Amino acid sequence: MTDVTAPAEVVRAERPRKAHPFRDVLIKRLGFGVLTLFIVSILVFVATQILPGNAASAVLQNTATPARLHALELQMHLNRPAVAQYWSWLIGLLHGKLGTSLVSGASVTSLIGGRIVNTAVLMLLAGVIGTVIGVALGMLAAARRDSWLDHGLSVVALAVTALPEFVVAMALVVVFAALLWHILPAVSVFPPGASPWSSPSLLVLPVATLVIVIVPYTFRMMRAAMIDALESDYVEMARLKGMSRWRVLAVHALPNAIAPTIQVIGLNFLYLAGGVVVVEYVFNYPGLGQALVNAVSDRDIPVIQFIVLLLAAFYVAVNIATDLISLAATPRRRLPRS
Amino acid sequence: MASNAALAVLQTAGRGRARRREWATVLSRAVRTPRGATGLSIVGVVVLIAAIGPAVAPYSSTEFVTAPFANPSAAFWLGGDTLGRDVLSRTLDGGWELLLMAAAATLLGVVAGAICGVSAAYFGGRWDTLIMRIVDIVLAFPQLVFALLLVSVLGPKIWLIILAVGISHAPQVARVTRAAALDVCERDFVRAAQILGMPARQVLRKEVLPNLTSVLMVELGLRLTYSILVIAGLSFLGFGLQPPAASWGLMINENRIGLVANPWGVLAPVLLIAALTIGMNTLTDAIARASLGVGRQADDALLAGISAAGAAQ
Repeated sequence: MTDVTAPAEVVRAERPRKAHPFRDVLIKRLGFGVLTLFIVSILVFVATQILPGNAASAVLQNTATPARLHALELQMHLNRPAVAQYWSWLIGLLHGKLGTSLVSGASVTSLIGGRIVNTAVLMLLAGVIGTVIGVALGMLAAARRDSWLDHGLSVVALAVTALPEFVVAMALVVVFAALLWHILPAVSVFPPGASPWSSPSLLVLPVATLVIVIVPYTFRMMRAAMIDALESDYVEMARLKGMSRWRVLAVHALPNAIAPTIQVIGLNFLYLAGGVVVVEYVFNYPGLGQALVNAVSDRDIPVIQFIVLLLAAFYVAVNIATDLISLAATPRRRLPRS
Repeated sequence: MASNAALAVLQTAGRGRARRREWATVLSRAVRTPRGATGLSIVGVVVLIAAIGPAVAPYSSTEFVTAPFANPSAAFWLGGDTLGRDVLSRTLDGGWELLLMAAAATLLGVVAGAICGVSAAYFGGRWDTLIMRIVDIVLAFPQLVFALLLVSVLGPKIWLIILAVGISHAPQVARVTRAAALDVCERDFVRAAQILGMPARQVLRKEVLPNLTSVLMVELGLRLTYSILVIAGLSFLGFGLQPPAASWGLMINENRIGLVANPWGVLAPVLLIAALTIGMNTLTDAIARASLGVGRQADDALLAGISAAGAAQ
């Protein structure tokens, strides 16, 4: 039990000719991922372009007369059979032809390109900082289980877990930007095209909001995983040998809590994909989420289609990555079940 | 004949024993813990404010009665909002629709999810595969984005938001109930009922479902918390109730430009939404602990897992 990698290596060494199960899983998961995205693309297309109240009437809104509607439908190829429309849309997407915004007339690529980077910066910063803080606090609470620190952290985590992002955001604005202190800007005012790290103070509140929202469940998962690991026999053994508490924690317990940690990181990024929408809107941060909210208000369908697909692709990719990495980190699970 | 008699015995035994009592036991055990009591009282206060608020509001929630962002005064306890309406009246009037929508969406999501999950576990085979694939596909959207997609097509309609939030809950509920039901479906009393010729729908309703009571209770609590979160979020983004209606999410958005002049326009709805979600979450945690047995480490892992999986949505 002290070394979980040992049995797996032995069994694999005995059967060198067998297909690598890891590769099988990879191929299977990737296949399902592509299939899922394909079906998601059909759903998005049907929802936005085929349903009554289609793109043409969305563009014209109140100015729609039957004649203008018909003309625009011709222009947007909405009169062709649905399957043909879908097919040319999908082929276009795969060739990087994302269409043009119905509102500004600019190409979706030029509208979205810079925003992808901005959102990625926000998510990465929040994901990394939130995970590090959550894991550290979780380990601390598990190591000092049932102390006042553990109880205090657990109660706070429980309370904060379900707070909506905009509530956290407004609370931060009240404290740091508007009422108590005036140290940070309440909204991000970027010059167009500037990268977010050109003015780091604008990033503080959006990142802090997302961190506050993801730390509680990182903490709770990590605390539970560490307590689980700390109560196992090999940790008991290490402790009885007279090893120091922190060494036991870092060398013996932590490596065995690695799989839940990877799951937590995966969940954090999945959450962030949805969480950035509201946070970017609150702080006027020029990312994908803000673009999505604006596009939904304007019913700018090509922009909505692309952002939703992008977020869905990110979701699928994070799911696959989480599965594969935690599989790689726990060799026991790689063995075929007997 | 013999089998019919046995069937009747099974039915009566199954009914009285499990369903009626279990949820009541779990609930009463939960609210007797400090956590459960705290959660329930916080939720109770917010629900009370939302429910009787419209009746006791001093002014109409849509009339312009004072100056925009007026400071609190004797006549207007929480001051004026962005258009000079009474913040207190709008706060009192702005909660009940959020609560009703969240309750409807949760019920829809949990019922649909439970039906899918339980039938997938019971029938297995292709039906199971089909359901779980659909679950995977719906789970490929962030919950809020899924709702935004539907709203962008059909416009911000109340029934659409309820439907969108309900559908986005169903996959998670289906996963959890399927996992729990797989276990129950293997048990002897289910086999016995099958052998005695009980129709599948009855087996599911009378034998399997009562044994999922506590799982479903925890799901109800969790999904209700996330319904409140998503619906208030949509309303904050401007896709819920449309102005001039009063709604907590919308109020925060309308009044945040006047945060310095009259903070109550933002603070009152923020505090109420925060209290509601904190209370709901605490109560759900107490219910989950009461239904699992308290203090064991495996349960801690499970509890953290439950809330994390929910939060990721």
